[in-house]
Amino acid sequence: MNNSTINWFKYSSPASFYPLAGRLIPWFTAITVILIGVGLFLSFFVAPTDYKQGEGYRIIFVHVPAAWMSMFIYLIMAFWAAMGLIFNTRLSAMMSQALAPTGAMFTFLALWTGAFWGKPMWGTWWVWDARLTSELILFFLYIGFIALQGAIDDTRRADKAGALLLLVGVVNIPIIYFSVKWWNTLHQGASISMSTGSSMASIMLNTMLIMALGFWAYTIAVALSRVRSIILEREKDSQWVRELPELKQ
Amino acid sequence: MFRIFLAIVQRDLTLALRRRSDIFSALFFFIIVVSLFPLGIGPELDTLRQIAPGVFWVAALLASMLALEKLFAVDFEDGTLEQMLLTPQPDFILVLGKVFAHWLVTGVPLALLAPLLGLQYDLAAEPLWTLMLTLLLGTPALSLIGAIGAALTLGLRGSGVLVPLLVLPLYIPVLIFGAGAVEANVSGLGAAGHLYMLSAILLLSLVAAPIATAAALRISAE
Repeated sequence: MNNSTINWFKYSSPASFYPLAGRLIPWFTAITVILIGVGLFLSFFVAPTDYKQGEGYRIIFVHVPAAWMSMFIYLIMAFWAAMGLIFNTRLSAMMSQALAPTGAMFTFLALWTGAFWGKPMWGTWWVWDARLTSELILFFLYIGFIALQGAIDDTRRADKAGALLLLVGVVNIPIIYFSVKWWNTLHQGASISMSTGSSMASIMLNTMLIMALGFWAYTIAVALSRVRSIILEREKDSQWVRELPELKQ
Repeated sequence: MFRIFLAIVQRDLTLALRRRSDIFSALFFFIIVVSLFPLGIGPELDTLRQIAPGVFWVAALLASMLALEKLFAVDFEDGTLEQMLLTPQPDFILVLGKVFAHWLVTGVPLALLAPLLGLQYDLAAEPLWTLMLTLLLGTPALSLIGAIGAALTLGLRGSGVLVPLLVLPLYIPVLIFGAGAVEANVSGLGAAGHLYMLSAILLLSLVAAPIATAAALRISAE
């Protein structure tokens, strides 16, 4: 390998990633606080009241970024799963394990805020809309992954089995989404259209993007701190962990 | 290679015939679940006719899933599976053979019996045929997809609860198009589109699922 490229594999070793993660966490925490703070301020005080949906629409600033994150995180987990299977790196599996609870949390948040949004807008907590249904199924997929990882004691097997499940899931997601969509249009017709994206005021769009970036930073910060715990737990018998200054007392 | 496939199918079928209670438990599970719904919902034929496709398909999903536990577990416990994985023949064929035998034992009887049970729901002749056809097309896909879950949870504590959690979300497209075909037929729309989709899912899972299952078996048997 020539010198001009960064040796990415250096950080695929838990021993060198652990301190790097430790150094990155404060930065991402700060970015999270700033972005979500600004985003919440904009969404509550600056964004204008929607002429049709009233004040209740403000929930969109949490709902849409959470829904985006729920989908992105599954893709990132699948990416790490593929990396883990291809390069046989331990850290990749730890990353997908660390991301899973955050992904499930965002999926739940999207469903929950969606219900709160649906009640005033559509008059019902839940409709069997294609997006809601596939979000619910995504939540099941997260829970399945977490349950599988939890059920296997042997970490090596848990990593590989989880990775395989993620890859199977990622192949299935488009199939599930389109079948649910088709099922939905056959059953009740497209009575609800959520495609307000193009007509959205730019301040609303910007607020939503700021919130989404804040959620990204939050995800990274939380996943890094969780991956540090996982590293410590798994490598507790190794020399470098015993020599860590924060553990030496 | 085809000879290996036949040998595995023959072996699994012989084993299944020796332990006949396994075959019948999945079948009777299906029958009982289907018969329970009218008791819970009420005997109005109009309602029953409407819910019949969904009820039959959900019952088939559950019956096929219950039988998954036995797919690899017995061979795994006595070490046969490991020996099979050590043979020079590709795992793909092994998985395909076992899944095919599993389908013959659990899927086919269910599909053949469904029209008879459909009479209880006052379905007309044509929806009954569609129901049988969708079950014949859909249950092999269920066995193929379910095999991934069965292979991943091999030898785990509480795998009985884990398999539904892993497998049921992946079953959803089959459920949608299977029940949708019958429903489309009942409402006079024509089931062709649904049947094509169901066949597409079957073909896709026929190609992709055995590879994933073989990989999962290697992970579990390591």
